[in-house]
Amino acid sequence: MDKIEVRNIYKIFGPHPQRWLSAAREGMSKEELLERSGHTLGLRDISLSIAAGGIHVIMGLSGSGKSTLIRHFNRLIDPSAGQILVDGVDVMGLKPRELETFRQQKMSMVFQRFGLLPHRTVLDNAAYGLAVQGMRRAERNQRAMHWLEQVGLSGFEAQYPHQLSGGMQQRVGLARALATDAEILLMDEAFSALDPLIRHEMQDQLLALQARLNKTIVFITHDLDEALRLGNRIAILKDGELIQDGTPEDILLSPANDYIESFLQDVNRGKVLNASHAVGERPLTLTMRTYPAHALERLAARGYDYAAVLDGKRLAGVLMRDDAQRAVNEGARDISRFLTDMASVPASEGLDQVLARLLRTPAPLAVTDDQGEFLGVLSRSKVVELVTTRPNGENGADASGAAPIPAEAASTHAQGQAESRTGQAA
Amino acid sequence: MFPELISARDLQRPIDAFVNGLVMEYSDVLRALTQPLLDLLIWADNLLRQSPWWAIILVVMGVAWVASRKLRFSVAMGALLGALGAIGLWEASMQTLSLMLVAVAFSVLLGIPVGIAMASFRWVRSAMLPVLDVMQTMPSFVYLIPVVMLFNLGKLAALFATVIYAVPPVIRLTDLGIRLVDPEVLEASRAFGASRTRQLFGVQLPLALPNIMAGINQTTMMALAMVVIASMIGVRGLGYEVLQGINRLQVGRGLLAGLGIVVLAIIFDRITQKFGQRQQMRGA
Repeated sequence: MDKIEVRNIYKIFGPHPQRWLSAAREGMSKEELLERSGHTLGLRDISLSIAAGGIHVIMGLSGSGKSTLIRHFNRLIDPSAGQILVDGVDVMGLKPRELETFRQQKMSMVFQRFGLLPHRTVLDNAAYGLAVQGMRRAERNQRAMHWLEQVGLSGFEAQYPHQLSGGMQQRVGLARALATDAEILLMDEAFSALDPLIRHEMQDQLLALQARLNKTIVFITHDLDEALRLGNRIAILKDGELIQDGTPEDILLSPANDYIESFLQDVNRGKVLNASHAVGERPLTLTMRTYPAHALERLAARGYDYAAVLDGKRLAGVLMRDDAQRAVNEGARDISRFLTDMASVPASEGLDQVLARLLRTPAPLAVTDDQGEFLGVLSRSKVVELVTTRPNGENGADASGAAPIPAEAASTHAQGQAESRTGQAA
Repeated sequence: MFPELISARDLQRPIDAFVNGLVMEYSDVLRALTQPLLDLLIWADNLLRQSPWWAIILVVMGVAWVASRKLRFSVAMGALLGALGAIGLWEASMQTLSLMLVAVAFSVLLGIPVGIAMASFRWVRSAMLPVLDVMQTMPSFVYLIPVVMLFNLGKLAALFATVIYAVPPVIRLTDLGIRLVDPEVLEASRAFGASRTRQLFGVQLPLALPNIMAGINQTTMMALAMVVIASMIGVRGLGYEVLQGINRLQVGRGLLAGLGIVVLAIIFDRITQKFGQRQQMRGA
């Protein structure tokens, strides 16, 4: 079920937002609205569903309304129109006291410039959310200590925030947010104020924590690399409008318009995409117990020169056509003795690394997941296509503005042909 | 010559009549109502004048120590106060000090809530700003006259005049301090579900404290400046000594008493500043 759902949110800043709402609904541009009424259009008709247990990144440049949007989720800002549902509850219907309880229990938030209380110790800051809930001091200190430990800050609890570096201060902010045990974590440009090295470290830490905690995280950023690194889904805002919402691959492989494409220009695609994106259509798999004659027949039928052979779910090796022929000639009971070893790469390996491997050897490469289970065979053409071509470049006709499916289909088709060519080369 | 559109006399007369009426009708009621205040002033005066001098010096040193945690500083403050006694101004200093302490206490009790209200509600702010301007620029004699008419010569009238004159800085700086609180810290507090009261006492006031302390410091200084004027409505103390010096052309007497006021000012200023600095150090 969707954890957070916003429907048709409008936000107009100014003294009389309601008066200009209909104009905004009818599509008056941000500039025109500002000129004619002095009101600023913050958000226009945003509808977004945020699924439980994932990291949903909301990306946009400054002024795109992303920070405004995230503040609607816990009603730090009230919308001019629209509906906000959290766990199916309409947040707009909450009375002031209920809203306080809702903020205490459902959501916690991490801020760009940390938002720590300068006159309280690190421990008191980490325990702040619990103190607001009314928890007794001994218990909340114990919990806060636990979370400070989790973010790697034990030993600093008696310090004051200004004695800590930026990265450490943000860890306190993170510990404070995690300590309340809220299911939803709102992170407003949480790592943007940190230097690149620390930022990377914090991203790793967040991913590691998320792997254990499985929170619903809404992460705001203006940095596409960060968005692609963290997000299970990415929503892109521009001038208060939602331009595209999809998986990182959707964004990367089929950007909705030129604006997003211009964003993607500087992305190192080899780093963002990994081997799992370049797995070919699963051509033909055999098992260890396959009869040689049967194997040969299936290879011949598909016109392939090799086939992956599985032992259970694991990859046992590859059966070349010549070897299959040999097995038939020798009258073997199965193909298990005629396999050649097949190199494999983990699914999470970046395409830049994969490409380097492909260049070193002409042999086929298998892709396996974390547990070593076979996912498929790497498609050379797909790797090359993903790393080099812009989706709207030479393949423009297939992908521009279209849903991801046709693009995928087009590339699998191309890959089918390429695969057999590779086979012949081997 | 500017044409006389409205006769000044016509404007003045109703005001005079109003004040006179007020004095006739309500001065008894007002005096009865303010009797506890007068009692407080007399009690404070007696307390300071009847306590042994060394006890007062020890208390001031103690407060200085709490404010600064520095031994040298608190000894210096004690020595300054001792010097006042040494040049024969002890009695007068204690009278001034008692009036000032009560006036500052009232100013703070009044000023901080008003400052909070100004920071919280725009309309309070727009209503209060001109009032504060009037309080700060209106010559104090102007309101001294009706105050004396209502409360008679003496401590009570001096207290009112001093509070009116001294309260604006603490109001202004409380308002400013609260509005200068980092909006993100306040937002964080809201995001975690803090109630309005909790935001005020847990975030806004603590973070505004350095500014509020600066306001209290200014208020104290202005209260001290008022003591000379208060002496003209019959309050004894350092100001009275200055006034006597002027009246009798005794330059030495006036100068010494004037220096006494300066010394008191320095003691107050330094101690309140140290309080503010320590807050700032923790909050930096």
